[in-house]
Amino acid sequence: MPTVRVRFFASLRESLGAEEFVQVPEGATVGQLRVLLRGRGGLHADMLAAGRPVRTALAQMVCGDEAVLGDGAEVAFFPPVTGG
Amino acid sequence: MTPAPRVRVQTQDFDVSVETSALRDGDLGVGAVASFVGTVRERGNPAGGERVSAMELEHYPGMTERAIEAMLDAAHARFDIRGARVVHRVGRLSPGEQIVLVAVTSAHRGQAFQACEFIMDYLKTQAPFWKKETTPSGAHWVDARVADDEALARWGIEAGNAAPGS
Repeated sequence: MPTVRVRFFASLRESLGAEEFVQVPEGATVGQLRVLLRGRGGLHADMLAAGRPVRTALAQMVCGDEAVLGDGAEVAFFPPVTGG
Repeated sequence: MTPAPRVRVQTQDFDVSVETSALRDGDLGVGAVASFVGTVRERGNPAGGERVSAMELEHYPGMTERAIEAMLDAAHARFDIRGARVVHRVGRLSPGEQIVLVAVTSAHRGQAFQACEFIMDYLKTQAPFWKKETTPSGAHWVDARVADDEALARWGIEAGNAAPGS
């Protein structure tokens, strides 16, 4: 099974930690990873709940739920951005 | 000598005069320099809200710089400009401190003004930075604003940053 590096930023980082390595099924997507993490319950279920504005990036490029995860991929979950 | 980076994310403050001088250094085709500086307001959003005693800015090292580089490429493609540079601070800042600089050079003022605003509108909704304000009632992550998405939409670009999630 592929292993991906999962990173969290801002409010998600405070609740879920900065990063971890997660095994995902072959061909899994970013959207499926979000569901998988949510399945842990607790803060993961809350912070990654459907309907919450969570943005995602794959290989440090903004991506959608359909993006497919390869072995060693870097995936990030973060809230809407507020720089400037 | 390697050219100065167009994009810098740093904790230390910046000097607008030094940055704009460096940007137009040696380019005698420049006839206009436009710059924008964002600073930490004492009153957060909405205006007239609680007093902010400090602000903490976080970014996504690597992705943030590349995202802004792409914005500068987009600005060069869209406007007749000669140079552009962005400096954005991260870490802990106090009210009154500088947060961000966008500087643009062009032959004539119109393109420099427009490109400067375009880059700033883009950055507000698409560059991975997050602000946390400390106020008397505690520390809060700042919410994304629909008005910022609307500002980018004027350039024909869909932002959707402040949109609800799925």
